[in-house]
Amino acid sequence: MNTDYLIIGNSAGGIGAAEAIRSTDTTGSLIIVSEEPYPAYSRPLISEYLSHERDIEDMLYRPADFYKKHSIQLFLGKKALSIDTHQKTVKMDSGENIHWKKLLLATGGIPIIPPVKGHDKKGVFSFLSLNDAREIDAFLARGGVKRAVVSGGGLIGVSVSQALRARQIHVTIIEMKDRILNTILDEAASAIAADSVKRGGGSIIVNDTVKEISGNASVREVILNSGEQIQCEMVIMAIGVLPQTELAKSAGIAVNRGITVDRYMMTSKPDIYACGDVAEAYDFIIGSNRLTPLWPNAYIGGRIAGFNMAGAKTEYRGGTAMNSINYFNLSIATAGMVSAPAEENSFETLTKVNNATYRKVIIHDNRIAGLILVGDIDKSGILFGLMRKNIDVTTFKSALLADDFGLAYLPASIRKEQLGETVIN
Amino acid sequence: MGCGICRICCQVSHSNSKDIIKTFKEEASPLPRIRVERKAEVSFVIQCQHCDEPWCVYSCLTGAMQKDPVTGIVSVDSEKCMGCWTCIVACPNGALTRDMVNKSIVKCDLCPDLATPACVANCPNSALAVVDDGIVATKA
Repeated sequence: MNTDYLIIGNSAGGIGAAEAIRSTDTTGSLIIVSEEPYPAYSRPLISEYLSHERDIEDMLYRPADFYKKHSIQLFLGKKALSIDTHQKTVKMDSGENIHWKKLLLATGGIPIIPPVKGHDKKGVFSFLSLNDAREIDAFLARGGVKRAVVSGGGLIGVSVSQALRARQIHVTIIEMKDRILNTILDEAASAIAADSVKRGGGSIIVNDTVKEISGNASVREVILNSGEQIQCEMVIMAIGVLPQTELAKSAGIAVNRGITVDRYMMTSKPDIYACGDVAEAYDFIIGSNRLTPLWPNAYIGGRIAGFNMAGAKTEYRGGTAMNSINYFNLSIATAGMVSAPAEENSFETLTKVNNATYRKVIIHDNRIAGLILVGDIDKSGILFGLMRKNIDVTTFKSALLADDFGLAYLPASIRKEQLGETVIN
Repeated sequence: MGCGICRICCQVSHSNSKDIIKTFKEEASPLPRIRVERKAEVSFVIQCQHCDEPWCVYSCLTGAMQKDPVTGIVSVDSEKCMGCWTCIVACPNGALTRDMVNKSIVKCDLCPDLATPACVANCPNSALAVVDDGIVATKA
């Protein structure tokens, strides 16, 4: 079997690449393979699936005719076993040997399941894929589940907690560090988020980890490092995600924590690209490559990979951490670094606290290096835009956190560059 | 001059009745899809620029935000939108509005049922215009 383009992975990165390829090359043959049995769906929506707010057909990332319309051959429920980088082939578990001209690895991540005692008991789940959500849903449908322990207070842990609360399950989040959402929120914002979780009926235990899951065949209790015991019928492992790099590693493609890619999203091997949660791509805030396993970055990185695969040379300008956290009736926007590095005096931190809002901007080298907005997030995009474009904010720094901050505060030259001729003054 | 009449007309245009009195007296007034910016002598309006690089579309977690490849218009499917507000962080112009009640984004749709977008048609100072690439612009 021959194809011009082979994409392994059918989520944000794979779709981003496929759309870019098709905007450049409408006729080249294109195959997408995925281990999952579904057309591309919105992974962040699995929490609304679990809370019974949405069914699968309302979760599709692209319309049902997407693959047909773009002449994409879709192999679902099939796993790529190995890559031969010299012959340019991928061997599938279904027996096919696919010969490709350009290959994209968009294999995503897999949940980290720490080898704690009892992790294989009935009632222990992860929460990354639609199948995970379906398994949890089926487990709840059997009845008898009243209490869940969520191990990990990151985005996945908080989102599954909200869904479980909507299902009337009592939830306790166990966070190893001193606060939830610690990689994307500072102390103040995390405290506000923790309050919201608690108001929504969730409990939070910090500075502790799950040491053991006990019970006979099924979960009955969780024992924490501190010795505390929590009775529960279910445990969700939401500690984090590991890039799924085995395929790349075994093919001799350079892998650090994720697959390393250049500014064109190409791996160490010619004609092989990578994007999304599996790739370590350029972060414009830290100025080097790192994992930023986020949906928008996967799509944008995939898009750049797709252009380059199709021969339209396009540089990846880089992505950084960027999140809108919107659980338990709280809106938080964050991007870049969450706190200025300790013992560094070249950073300036501006903060503003009102009743229900908290705003913070970190400035380094006259540029915005990080932002956190809690409550009123409407201007976060303008701030993130200034950050993405590396704009010197010196002349309007004092206005960045103003209630009425907007494009009117930007120097006319910057505004003109951003808006073209649409605002003439 | 920053009078804000465009904002009111935007709301009327997106109401059920299309009547200014009913829009504000009887209906749950629709949210404006336009923002009036004023600072000293500078005033202009901002709404969706239907960008060539639509960061909101790239960043959308559900596929609700799409750019029509033919017309170039960026639109949101309010059924698909989960109200995660990732596009709010992505939009460099702050041109999107959160509808907290319906958990969805609302945005400029260029008034598809009208010959001229309501904001442009009703500006008393003729400061707004539809420019070449179909978006609404503020003139000096």
